[in-house]
Amino acid sequence: MSSENNSDAKAAYWKENVRLILTLLAVWFVVSYGFGILLVDVLNNINLFGYKLGFWFAQQGSIYCFVILIFYYTKKMTALDRKYGVEEE
Amino acid sequence: MDLQSLTYIVVGLTFALYIGIAIWARAGTTSEFYVAGGGVHPVANGMATAADWMSAASFISMAGLIAFFGYGGTVFLMGWTGGYVLLAMLLAPYLRKYGKFTVPEFIGDRFYSNTARVVAVVCLILASVTYVIGQMKGVGVAFSRFLEVDYDTGLYIGMALVFFYAVLGGMKGITYTQIAQYCVLIFAYTIPAIFISLNLTGNPIPQLGLGSTLIGTDVYLLDRLDQIVMEIGFNEYTTQARLSMTNTFFYTLSLMIGTAGLPHVIIRFFTVPKVSDARKSAGWALVFIAILYTTAPAVAAMARYNLTNTINQDGNYMLVSEKPDWFKTWEKTGLLAAEDKDGDGRIRYHADPEINEMVKVDRDIMVLANPEIAKLPNWVIALVAAGGLAAALSTAAGLLLAIASSISHDLLKGVFKPEISEKQELLYSRLAMAGAIAVAGYLGLNPPGFAAGTVAIAFGLAASSIFPALMMGIFSKKITKEGAIAGMIAGISVTMIYVFQHKGIMFIPGTSFLGDMGPNWFLGIEPNAFGSIGAMVNFAVAFAVSKQTQEPPAHIQELVEHIRVPQGAGSATDH
Repeated sequence: MSSENNSDAKAAYWKENVRLILTLLAVWFVVSYGFGILLVDVLNNINLFGYKLGFWFAQQGSIYCFVILIFYYTKKMTALDRKYGVEEE
Repeated sequence: MDLQSLTYIVVGLTFALYIGIAIWARAGTTSEFYVAGGGVHPVANGMATAADWMSAASFISMAGLIAFFGYGGTVFLMGWTGGYVLLAMLLAPYLRKYGKFTVPEFIGDRFYSNTARVVAVVCLILASVTYVIGQMKGVGVAFSRFLEVDYDTGLYIGMALVFFYAVLGGMKGITYTQIAQYCVLIFAYTIPAIFISLNLTGNPIPQLGLGSTLIGTDVYLLDRLDQIVMEIGFNEYTTQARLSMTNTFFYTLSLMIGTAGLPHVIIRFFTVPKVSDARKSAGWALVFIAILYTTAPAVAAMARYNLTNTINQDGNYMLVSEKPDWFKTWEKTGLLAAEDKDGDGRIRYHADPEINEMVKVDRDIMVLANPEIAKLPNWVIALVAAGGLAAALSTAAGLLLAIASSISHDLLKGVFKPEISEKQELLYSRLAMAGAIAVAGYLGLNPPGFAAGTVAIAFGLAASSIFPALMMGIFSKKITKEGAIAGMIAGISVTMIYVFQHKGIMFIPGTSFLGDMGPNWFLGIEPNAFGSIGAMVNFAVAFAVSKQTQEPPAHIQELVEHIRVPQGAGSATDH
C-alpha cells in the first residue's frame, strides 16, 4: 500500500471512529441525562417490577447501559482496526 | 472471640498481605515505577482502577448520602460512573497509544510547550492534593472508628503502610496492592448487602431485592419505603429532588467530566500492553465499579427502611427501654443520638425538628451499622473495617503516585534537570513520593479550612482544566499551544473563583463576597457543580485563541494523526 493510500485509510478510519463515538454518546446522554434527569417524572408513571422506571434508570439502568456501551465500543473498534488494517501487531 | 480482637486480626491480615505484595513487587526501573512495566492484564488493571477510583467516600459515605437524599443521590451514582464511557472513547486508547508516563507529558508534547506542561502539572497538583486530603482524613477516621486508636495514630499507621509499598514499588507495588484491596473492599461491601436483601425481600441479589416485595407481603419495598418516610414528614424517597433539575444536570456532568480528567485514573491505562487493552480495561474497570455502585442504592434504601421501621413501627414510636443493641452501640460512638424530650418513654422520629427526638443520625451509619442491624457475625463487621481502610488507602496511593510522577518526571526530568540518568530519576521519583506522603499526611493532620467539602471540588478542578485540554489535543489538530494554555487557565480560574466567591477565598469564612446562598448562584448551580461550566469556558477560550494564533507545526499535526490509530504502539517508554 502506498503511503498516500495508507493516510487515506487512516482518515477514513478516524471518520468512522468519530461517527461511532457520537452515536454511542447520544445513547449515553439519553439513558442518563434524558431518562435519569430530564424525563424522570414522565418515566416514573411506568412501573418496572417494584421500581418506578425513571428512578430505575437513575439509580440502576444508566450504569448498566454505561457498561454495555463501553464493551460495544470495544468490539466495534476491534473490527474497525482490522477493517482498515491499523491493528497492533 | 470479641469484636475488637477480631477486627485487629482481620485488619492485621490484610495489612500483612499488602506488605507482602510490596516486597514482591519492588520497582527496579522508571518504567516499573511509573507504569508498572506496562504489562498489566486489562482485567487486572480494571480491578486496580476500580480500587484506585472508589475512595473512602464511595465505600463509607455514598450509600448514606443516597439513603437521605433518595432520588437526589442519583447525582453521585451516575456522576461517578458515566465518566468511564468518556474515558474509554475519548481519552484512554489514544493516550495509551502515545505511550508516555504522565498526563502533563502528553499535554507538553502535543502543545509543543514546556509552559503548557507546567500549567498542566499545577492543575494536576491542585486537583489531586484537594482529593488526597479527603483520603487521609478517611484513613484516620476509619482507624479511630474501628480500631479505637486516635485519629492521629491511625493516620501515621496509614502513612507508614502507603510509604512502604508506594516508595518501594511505585506503580508496580500500587497496582498489585490495589487488586488485593479491591477484593477486600468488594467482599466487605456486598456480604452485608446480600444478607440485608435476604432478610427484607428474600432475594439474595440486592439489585433485584430493591425492586422486590417485602418478605411475606405483596407490598414493594420502595412503595413501602415511600410511605413510611412520608408518614413521619419526610419527602417521598423515590422522587425527592436535591436542588433544581438544572443543578442536578450540571453536577452530574461535572462529576462525569471530572472522572475522565483525573490523572490518577488516566495513568492506570498507561500500564496495559496494547491500545485495544486500554479500551477493554475501561470496560472492566466499570464492571468492577458497577458491582458496588448498583449495590449502594439497595443498601441505601434498605438501611433507611430498617432505621425508620425500627423507630416507628406502624405509628408506634420505639420505647426507650427497647432500644436494640446496635442502636446502643452506635449511640456510644456519637453517630446516633436520641433524647426523649417530652418524657413519654418513647423516641419520636420526625422530619420536623420541633418534635423530632432522633437528634443525631449520621449518614455514614447506613453502611457502618449495616452488619449489626442485619445481625451478621462479628467477622463481617471486622471485614467492613478492613474494606473501609482498603478503599481509603488504595485511592490515596494512586493519587500520591500521580502527584509524585508529575514532580519527578515532568518538573525535574522534563523541565529543570533533563540531564539526569534513569537511575537518578528513579531515586528522585522515590523522594518525590516520600515528600508527597509527608505533605498529604501533614494536611490530613491539620486539615485546612477548605478540606470540608473537598472531594467534589477536586472533580470540578479536573473537569475544567485537564479533560478539555486532553480531548482537544486528540480530536483537533488546530488547537495551538496558546489556545491550550489560555483554555486551561481560564477554565480552572473560573471554577475556582466561583467556588471562592460563594464559599470564601481559600474557604476562609467571611471572605466570600457573594455569600453561599442559592439566589446568588449562576442559573442556580451550586459551587461543587461548576466544573462543567468551567470546562465549557476552557473549550471556548481554547478555540477562540487558537483561531487568532499561528497553527500548530506540521510535526505536531502528524503526531495527532499518529495517536489516532492503534498501529505501532510499543509499551510506555521514556522516549
